[in-house]
Amino acid sequence: MDLTLKIWRQKGPQDKGQMVEYKVTDISEHMSFLEMMDVLNESLVAKNEVPIAFDHDCREGICGMCSLHINGEPHGPDRGITTCQLHMRTFKDGDTIYIEPFRAKAFPVIKDLVVDRTAFERIQQAGGYISVNTSGNTQDANAIPISKHNADLSMDAAACIGCGACVASCKNSSAMLFVSAKVSQYALLPQGKIEAKDRVKNMVAQMDLEGFGNCTNTGACEVECPKSISLENIARMNREYLKASI
Amino acid sequence: MTTLNSRVPEGPIKDKWTTYKDKINLVNPANKRNIDIIVVGTGLAGGSAAATLAELGYNVKAFAYQDSPRRAHSIAAQGGINASKNYMGDGDSNYRLFYDTVKGGDYRSREANVHRLAEVSGNIIDQCVAQGVPFARDYGGLLDNRSFGGVLVSRTFYAKGQTGQQLLLGAYSAMNRQIARGKIEMFNRHEMLDVVKIDGKARGIIARNLVTGELERHSAHAVVIATGGYGNVYFLSTNAMGSNVTASWKIHKRGAFFANPCFTQIHPTCIPRSGDYQSKLTLMSESLRNDGRIWVPAKLEDAKAIQEGKLKPTAIPEEDRDYYLERRYPAFGNLVPRDVASRAAKERCDAGYGVNATGEAVYLDFAAAIHRYGSEQAKIHGIKNPSEEKIIELGEGIIEAKYGNLFQMYEKIVDENPYKTPMMIYPATHYTMGGVWVDYNLMTTVPGLYCIGEANFSDHGANRLGASALMQGLADGYFVLPYTIGDYLADDIRTGKISTDSPEFDEVEKSVKDQLEFFVNNEGTHSVDYYHKKLGLIMWNKVGMSRNEKGLKEAIKEIQEIREDFWKNVKVPGSLNELNPELEKAGRVADFLELGELFAKDALDREESCGGHFREEHVTEDGEAKRDDKNYAYVAAWEYTGKPSEAILHKEQLEFKDIELKTRSYK
Amino acid sequence: MGGLLSSSIARKVAMALSALFLIFFLIIHLAVNLTSLFSESVYNDLSHFMGTNPLVQFGLQPVLIFGVVFHFVMGFILELKNKKSRNVKYIKFNGAANASWMSRNMAISGGVILIFIVIHFIDFWIPELNIKFVQGDMSGMENGEYRYFAHLQHKFMNPVKVGIYVVAFVLLALHLLHGFQSAFQSIGFNNKYSKFVKNLGVIYSIVIPLGFIVIALYHYFNH
Repeated sequence: MDLTLKIWRQKGPQDKGQMVEYKVTDISEHMSFLEMMDVLNESLVAKNEVPIAFDHDCREGICGMCSLHINGEPHGPDRGITTCQLHMRTFKDGDTIYIEPFRAKAFPVIKDLVVDRTAFERIQQAGGYISVNTSGNTQDANAIPISKHNADLSMDAAACIGCGACVASCKNSSAMLFVSAKVSQYALLPQGKIEAKDRVKNMVAQMDLEGFGNCTNTGACEVECPKSISLENIARMNREYLKASI
Repeated sequence: MTTLNSRVPEGPIKDKWTTYKDKINLVNPANKRNIDIIVVGTGLAGGSAAATLAELGYNVKAFAYQDSPRRAHSIAAQGGINASKNYMGDGDSNYRLFYDTVKGGDYRSREANVHRLAEVSGNIIDQCVAQGVPFARDYGGLLDNRSFGGVLVSRTFYAKGQTGQQLLLGAYSAMNRQIARGKIEMFNRHEMLDVVKIDGKARGIIARNLVTGELERHSAHAVVIATGGYGNVYFLSTNAMGSNVTASWKIHKRGAFFANPCFTQIHPTCIPRSGDYQSKLTLMSESLRNDGRIWVPAKLEDAKAIQEGKLKPTAIPEEDRDYYLERRYPAFGNLVPRDVASRAAKERCDAGYGVNATGEAVYLDFAAAIHRYGSEQAKIHGIKNPSEEKIIELGEGIIEAKYGNLFQMYEKIVDENPYKTPMMIYPATHYTMGGVWVDYNLMTTVPGLYCIGEANFSDHGANRLGASALMQGLADGYFVLPYTIGDYLADDIRTGKISTDSPEFDEVEKSVKDQLEFFVNNEGTHSVDYYHKKLGLIMWNKVGMSRNEKGLKEAIKEIQEIREDFWKNVKVPGSLNELNPELEKAGRVADFLELGELFAKDALDREESCGGHFREEHVTEDGEAKRDDKNYAYVAAWEYTGKPSEAILHKEQLEFKDIELKTRSYK
Repeated sequence: MGGLLSSSIARKVAMALSALFLIFFLIIHLAVNLTSLFSESVYNDLSHFMGTNPLVQFGLQPVLIFGVVFHFVMGFILELKNKKSRNVKYIKFNGAANASWMSRNMAISGGVILIFIVIHFIDFWIPELNIKFVQGDMSGMENGEYRYFAHLQHKFMNPVKVGIYVVAFVLLALHLLHGFQSAFQSIGFNNKYSKFVKNLGVIYSIVIPLGFIVIALYHYFNH
C-alpha cells in the first residue's frame, strides 16, 4: 500500500518543530508500524537526509519504550497493544497518517518523536518501592500467605509498562493511571502496607511537582493503556491518599 | 602467556560457597563510602547488583542506554524463574537443580558456579517476595509453581506471562530506593563505549550521553559489566533492537577473555519471518509445546502448494502429515529440549517442507489438544453425544484459558486465527550462553573488571534450560557479586578518588572520539542496517543452528570482507552532538562484525557437537549430536591480540567431580 | 493554593464532595418545584418556609452558595491548570476514540450551567432578596396571597426564557452523565457496586433535568 505520512520533526529540545510530509510506497500489510518507519528511515539515509528519531527497543510490547501518537491516539487506533505491535493492516492504501510525539509539559520533546519521560522515574523514586535490603535473609517467601485475589489484582496493576500512553491520551495530561498502578501494586500486598501512607503521599506530591494535569475521570487512559490497567487503581489511590491524609 | 585461574575454592562442593564467604575479605562500612563502582547495564543482573552494592554503602554509578532501567530486555522474559524451594514437595533440592542445570548445559559449565547458583536460588524468591513482586499464588495464598522443559520437578515461580518484567521492576524498585538516597547516580540514555585501565586495573569508562552526544569520563574503583547477550549478531533475534555486544567486546579488546562465543541458544517457538523488512523476531512461550503438535506436510508437493498459498493446512489429511518430533523422538516427542527441537525444524525446512512463503516455518497445531480437552469437558459436564462443534467450542475454551494471551499476540502479528488454523513457528536466536570469561568471583581477566548475567560466559554451559536466565542474573547481582567484589576492593580502601584527568583517560577517550568522528565524516554509500543484515544472514546460514567446517571457513572470510567494506563505505547521517540513533547503531555493528568472526572461529575450533553448538561432522549414526568429552571438556577463552582471526585460545579444563558425564538422550 | 487543597487528589476529592452536595441539593430543589404541578398551596407553603426559615436562610443557604461557587471556581481553575499541562498541543487529537463527549467537555457544560445560574439568580433569587431583606417584607404576600406560585408562572411565560431553561437543563444532564459516577470514582468508590452507581447516575442525570424541564414546559403551556 502507498501512504502519506505527516510526521513531527524537531531538531532538538529548543527547536520549534513542525509537521513534515513523507510518502511511502509498497508497504506490506504484514509489516509492523515501526518496520514501516524503518523503511522510511532507510530511504531517508539513502537520500542523505537525517532519519526520523523515535524510541523503540524490545518490539514485543513489554519494554514500554515506543511512544508514538498515531492519528490522534497513543499507540494508534488498535487496542491493547503498543506501537511496536501495531500492524499496517490496520490502515488502508492511500491513507494519511499523522505521527506525533507524546505531548505533555512533563514529557518534553528531545528530538523528533522522542520524548523525555524521566518524570516517571522521579515519581517512582519518591516511594515506588518497599524498603527492604537485599540481604537474602528476609523471611521465607511462603511465610505470609497472600490471598490469590489480592495477588492477582496486584499483578494486574504491576503489569504497567510505564510507556506514558495514559498521559498522552488524557486531555489533562494526567499521570494518575501510572501512579495509581504503582501505588496499588504495593497497597494490595501485606509487605507494602507498612509504608503505604508515606508512599502514596510522596508519590502524589512528586507527580504534582512534575507538572502533570489533574484527573477528571474521562477514562481515556484505561482505553488506550496497552496493558489495560484499570481505573479501579485510580479509585484505590484516591482512597489510599484520603486514608493517609485524614 | 596468561594462565586462567578460575579461583574455585577447595573443599566439598556443598560447602565451597559458605566456607568461601566466611573467609573472604570484606570492606568495612566506613570505607565503603570512599569506594566508587560503575555498573553498566541495568537489567536483572546490573539492576540487582547496583541496588545491592549501593545498599552496602558503595557509591554506585549505573548506566543504561534506555531512558529507564526498567526497560532493559530482561523485561521480556516470559515463563518464570527456577528455585529449589521444594514447595511442591516433589523431591526438589539444591543438588537436583544443580544437576539439571549442568546436564541441561550438556556438561560444559563450571560445577562450583552452578552449585552456588542452586544454593542461592531460594534466597532470590524470598528477596523478591519481600520486595513486592506479585508472583502467582494458589487459593491458599501460597506461591504457585509450574513445570518447565528438561526437568522432572515443578520449581518454576512465575508472575503471569511476565515474570521477567516483574523481577526487573523489583530490582528497579530496589534501585529507586537507592537513587532516592543518593547512593546510586543513574545515567539514563548513556552508552558505555570503552573501559579505561590504569596500571592494569579497570578504573573507569568512557560513556556517551546519547541525548547531547557528549563524551563523558567516569572513574571508579571497579567496573561491572552487565550488558546482556550478543544474539543480535544475527540481526534477527528475540533480543531488543538495542541489545548489543559493545561493552563486552570493548573490554575484550582491552584484555578480558571472551569465552565460548559459539554457544548460542536458538529457541524453537518463535513467530516466523514474514519478509525482508523484518526487524526482529517474537518469541512464543515454550509452554505451547505442552499442547501443540509440531508437523510439516509429508509430501513435498503439498509443501510447495502451501508455500504458494494454494493449499490450506487444514485440508491436508492426517496420513499426509509428518509429526517429525514424535517420529524421531518417541519418548519426549514435542517436548524435546530447545536445541533438539530447533535443529529438527531446520532439517525439515532445509529439505523443502517449510510451510510459509519463505519456506521457513513449521506448524504448531492445537487441533488435537482442542479435541481432547473438548471431549474431556463434555464428559465432565455430562453432555451425552456432543456434536463436533460443541467439542471444539469446549476445547477452545480450555486452550484460551491456558494460552489466551499468547494466541492473541500471535493473531495480532500474523493475522491468522490460531484456534482455527495451525500456528506457524520457526526457531530464532534467543540467548547466548557464551560471553566474557569470569572466575569464581565473577571477575574477568582484567583486575577490577567484573562481568555478570548473560554477558558473562555463565553457568549454562552449552545450552540453557528454561527459567534459568532470570535465576542467574539475579543470583549474580543480589547474592554473589556484592560479596566477591569486596575481596578485591578491600585492597582499595586507601586509594582515594580516582582522577579522570590522566593520560589513560585521554587516550581511551581519543580512540572513542576518533571512531565516532570517522562514522559521521565518512562519505559512504550503505546504511548501517545494510551491513548488519548482511552479517546476520551469514551468521544464520553458516554459523546458525547447524555448522560445518566448510561453511564456517566461508563465514570467517565473508565476515572479514563485509567488515572491510563497512569501514570503507558505511554511511552515518546526522552529527556527533545530538541524539543520533544511526551513529549508535554504527558503533554496535562495528563490534558485531568483529565478534561474528571470533564466533565462527570458536565454532570451527570446537570439533564436537554439544548443546546449542551442532557440528554436522560430529553426529551419531542416527543424526544426533555427538559430544567429545575427552578432547573438548573445556571452556574456550579467547584472548584478543589485535584481530579476531589472531585471537589466542586459552583452555579452562572442566572437572566433573560431583556429576557423571553422560550422553543426553531424548529418544 | 496551600493547605488542604495543595495536592491534585485533594482538589479532586473536593470537587467530588461539592458535586455530591449539589447533586443532593438538586433533589430537594426539584421536589419542591414539582409540587407546583399538583398544588399551588403546597408549593406556596413550602416556598415560604424555605424563604423565611432562619436555619435555611442563614444556615443552609450560605453553605449552598459556597458549594456552588467553590465547584465553579475550582472547576475552572483545574481546567486552566490542566490545559497548561500540555503546553504544545497535538495537531491531531482523536479524543472521541477513547472518552465520551460529556467527560471531555465538563467545562463547556459547566460554563453553560453557570450562565444559567446567573440568569436564574437574577430572575428568582435577587428579587426575593430584594423583597425580603431590602424592603423588609418577610410576609411572602402579594395582593393578599402568597406570591411564589404567581411569580413562578410569570417567569415561564416568556418562550425565550423557557428555551434557555430547557437548553441549560439538557447540558446539566450531560454534565451529570459524566459527573455523577465521576464523583464516586474521585472519592475512591470503585467496587462491585460501581455498576449500580453508574446506572443510578444515568437515571438521575436524565430524571432530574427532565423534571425541571417538564415543570418549565407545564407552566409555559398552562398559565
